[in-house]
Amino acid sequence: MSKDSPLNQLGISNRQKFVEGMKTGIPIALGYFAVSLSLGIHAKAAGLSAFQASLTSFFMLASAGEYATFSLIAESAGYVAIAVMVLIANARYFLMSCAFSQRISKETSLAKRILLSFYLTDEMFGASISQPGYVNPFFCFGIMALAQPAWTIGTGVGVVLGNALPAGIVSALSVSLYGMFLAVIIPAGKKNKIILGLVTVSMLASYLCTVIPYIKEVSSGIITIILTLLISSIAALLFPVKEETSK
Amino acid sequence: MNHNIYIYILITVGVTYLIRVIPMTVLRREIKSQFLKSFLYYVPYITLAVMTFPAIIHSTQSIWSGIAALVVGIAVAWFTSNLFWVAGSACVVVFILELILI
Repeated sequence: MSKDSPLNQLGISNRQKFVEGMKTGIPIALGYFAVSLSLGIHAKAAGLSAFQASLTSFFMLASAGEYATFSLIAESAGYVAIAVMVLIANARYFLMSCAFSQRISKETSLAKRILLSFYLTDEMFGASISQPGYVNPFFCFGIMALAQPAWTIGTGVGVVLGNALPAGIVSALSVSLYGMFLAVIIPAGKKNKIILGLVTVSMLASYLCTVIPYIKEVSSGIITIILTLLISSIAALLFPVKEETSK
Repeated sequence: MNHNIYIYILITVGVTYLIRVIPMTVLRREIKSQFLKSFLYYVPYITLAVMTFPAIIHSTQSIWSGIAALVVGIAVAWFTSNLFWVAGSACVVVFILELILI
């Protein structure tokens, strides 16, 4: 999306990058608001107050992880069980964090790395990796300066509105999360046919895992991890990324 | 058992943060392995694809509105990577279809 030179680290000031990030963050924030609204409704059903749900959203910034958290709180699951479930639901961030560590300058300070980790969401990742060259941390901070408040407030509003919203609206909002994911993977697939093929294969494999006997009993969080590791490994062997094509 | 919601939040937030911060702070060198580089390049797309389908078609009141959301979401995302339009159009399609279907 950005048109600036690969030397963005040197040529463009951090303030400009922050503003550019904020512009990128506007649609993300709007999408986050819609998604977190439906998360808030889920949180209310689990018995959380608007404050508790917003607190979780502010610090976790993870759709699938929060969904799992609220579901298990509703079942009043044990502390260990909830820790394991969140570990599984959010394990992809471990892989994303590894990938992201390769896209920031080696000189990036520890403080910036700590803050970047806090802000590492699917969308921040998606928007940042489409930047040429090393990602300027201030671009990410700009995105999250809008996206994090939207996500936090949306969750609270969801709790407050809760059952007041008609079922049709709640149903419509629930696909916003997946729309968010599609907005990351489909444009990447359009540019890179290998990714397009992998996305198709991944969706088919994921579908098969929900219909094949025995496998369909396994939780979707575990399936997500296993399929990610498996398909990414095969893809890395079959289609090793050449230096510059990955950008 | 009586569980405290704030302890739940502390645990889940703590686990999530550790997952995100460990690679970012520990991996300070460039990964040289071609396999690992390629693997990490593909991970986000594959994991998001796996999470999207078939979950999207089961997230709505009717499987048909879910399928429509998927098709429209893909079509809109093909022409714009703008998150708001992609997510928004999927929501609108579900809402309108369910007015007719349900």
